[in-house]
Amino acid sequence: MKKIMVCIKRVVDYNVRVRVKPDGSGVMLDGVKMSINPFDEIALEEALRIKERGTNAEVVVVSIGIADTQQQLRTALAMGADRAILVQTDQPVEPLSAARTFLALVNKENPDLVFLGKQAIDDDANQTGQMLAALWGRPQATYASKLELAEGKATVTREVDVGLETIEVDLPAVITVDLRLNEPRYVKLPDIMKAKKKPLDITTFEALGVNLVQGLKNVKTEPPPQRQKGIMVKDVAELVGVLKQKGLI
Amino acid sequence: MANILIIGEHDGKTLNPATLKCVTCARTLAGAKVSIALLGTDTAAVAAQAAAVQGVEKVLRIDRPENQHPLAASFAPQIVALAAAYSHVFGPSTSFGKDLMPRVAALLDAPQVSDLMSIDGAYRFRRPIYAGNAIVTVEADPARKLIATVRVASFEAAAGGGSAAIESVSLEVALPSHTRYVSVRSGATDRPDLQTASKVVSGGRALGSAENFKLLYSFADKIGAAVGASRAAVDAGYARNEMQVGQTGKIISPEMYIAIGISGAIQHLTGIKDARTIVAINKDAEAPIFEVADVGLVGDLFQIMPELERLVGN
Ligand SMILES: Cc1cc2nc3c(=O)[nH]c(=O)nc-3n(C[C@H](O)[C@H](O)[C@H](O)COP(=O)(O)OP(=O)(O)OC[C@H]3O[C@@H](n4cnc5c(N)ncnc54)[C@H](O)[C@@H]3O)c2cc1C
Repeated sequence: MKKIMVCIKRVVDYNVRVRVKPDGSGVMLDGVKMSINPFDEIALEEALRIKERGTNAEVVVVSIGIADTQQQLRTALAMGADRAILVQTDQPVEPLSAARTFLALVNKENPDLVFLGKQAIDDDANQTGQMLAALWGRPQATYASKLELAEGKATVTREVDVGLETIEVDLPAVITVDLRLNEPRYVKLPDIMKAKKKPLDITTFEALGVNLVQGLKNVKTEPPPQRQKGIMVKDVAELVGVLKQKGLI
Repeated sequence: MANILIIGEHDGKTLNPATLKCVTCARTLAGAKVSIALLGTDTAAVAAQAAAVQGVEKVLRIDRPENQHPLAASFAPQIVALAAAYSHVFGPSTSFGKDLMPRVAALLDAPQVSDLMSIDGAYRFRRPIYAGNAIVTVEADPARKLIATVRVASFEAAAGGGSAAIESVSLEVALPSHTRYVSVRSGATDRPDLQTASKVVSGGRALGSAENFKLLYSFADKIGAAVGASRAAVDAGYARNEMQVGQTGKIISPEMYIAIGISGAIQHLTGIKDARTIVAINKDAEAPIFEVADVGLVGDLFQIMPELERLVGN
């Protein structure tokens, strides 16, 4: 295990209650707290644990996004990543374009493992890792909740609808992680200071030779339908009465 | 005209109801022709079920020994070989479809729309983003194939009574050996399946232990409900991972959802937005779950549950 690449995305923090813009052009992002996508943080944590387990693999964290994405990459460096690459853009990037971009970085970096979160909590698309694996012609192990590495292969337990599935994949491979894989560490102040000296390269689609895909366009964003305010019952007897009346029990 | 191929999900014996919902979704597009592809080792029985689904024209059987387990790396190139004749390829928004469809899309150099909740036109769809806190209308490039996963909670299952043609297809596609199935561990029970149950009883962190979850099982069995859980309950080991409801668990649409000792975080609410009636039991009158509940009861679940079980029996 020489090198691990971790792909992270800057997203609205999961604690923020997202609001739709009145003109329907998207959601309000002004002054909203932004963070590393929580799944990607778990992906990074897993890479760091593999490094610290004695493999001493280099952990390269990469992202695609606006200039401010450097903040999230700095946080990743403070967590323990060795260096960072930002593919800077102001354009919206759909999953297939993101996968092409990560493929270009994979071809440059030749990692043994690529980690991503299983989905980003902004568009909830759940596509990029699988697409990268397809374009790269390598295995994918999605929704990982447990990971064991051996010479040239990984055994991955996946959270699937029926329970837990285990598969074995040859390396290099793409692994997308689920919430129960680990609990990410907190960054400490000295690490933040140290992270400022770690390399963070900024590049572009052009420099990487990536052509963006224009397959999807968001034309309108609306708030979801609201549920009608319900009733409060005072005790179990009244609850049972209401449910019986509705024909539910 | 749209020619839609649906990738059927099955366990070798039974067609997963999620596939029936994909059919309903596909048929909301006027004039669409709908086929189902089944990959497996022997799909005869499942193909018969698929052929009986109303509105399906053709069922394609792709039987080969390597198809015993639904590995995306093996299924995807076969679907790519089938896809040539179709304008759209749909799969269910289940762990099977979510894993597989993006791999298909990338190999086809096609975009994917995830969690499609309605079709407004052959290349115009609506889908939830931000854990369901916004709904976006997406337009896709009509010059490309369109891959989608169908948000199964948004559609009813298609009815029976159809009589599609069944066709066995042999594909000359080389399959990779870099991905191997090892095992699956499932907590299969006799209770109704969480994803299709008409009633669901769910427990949260407040249950405090796996032992206490028995309070829910016992009540659920009495009313014929499936049992779900919040992420906190799963993380704490009170319930199995496949019981998790929410953004990263299952998105369900039962007639009745009873949330017991669950606070109602947005990530949890995403999973239950389509429930017809939401009942909440929580000792905190300010818990956000009450904002979405149709019927709420403030109190201690450890007092309420035994009494509830007793009273529903009467
Ligand atoms: C990226 C991401 C994805 C997530 N995905 C999911 C997901 O898919 N599903 C999910 O559920 N969560 C998900 N979460 C977690 C979510 O944010 C909440 O942390 C979680 O839902 C809380 O679970 P809970 O309601 O059981 O626990 P808590 O929030 O701790 O709530 C416990 C509730 O029990 C009540 N209570 C306590 N004791 C009693 C009693 N004796 N009687 C009655 N009531 C009592 C309390 O008042 C409280 O409201 C996700 C989080 C993130 C960051």
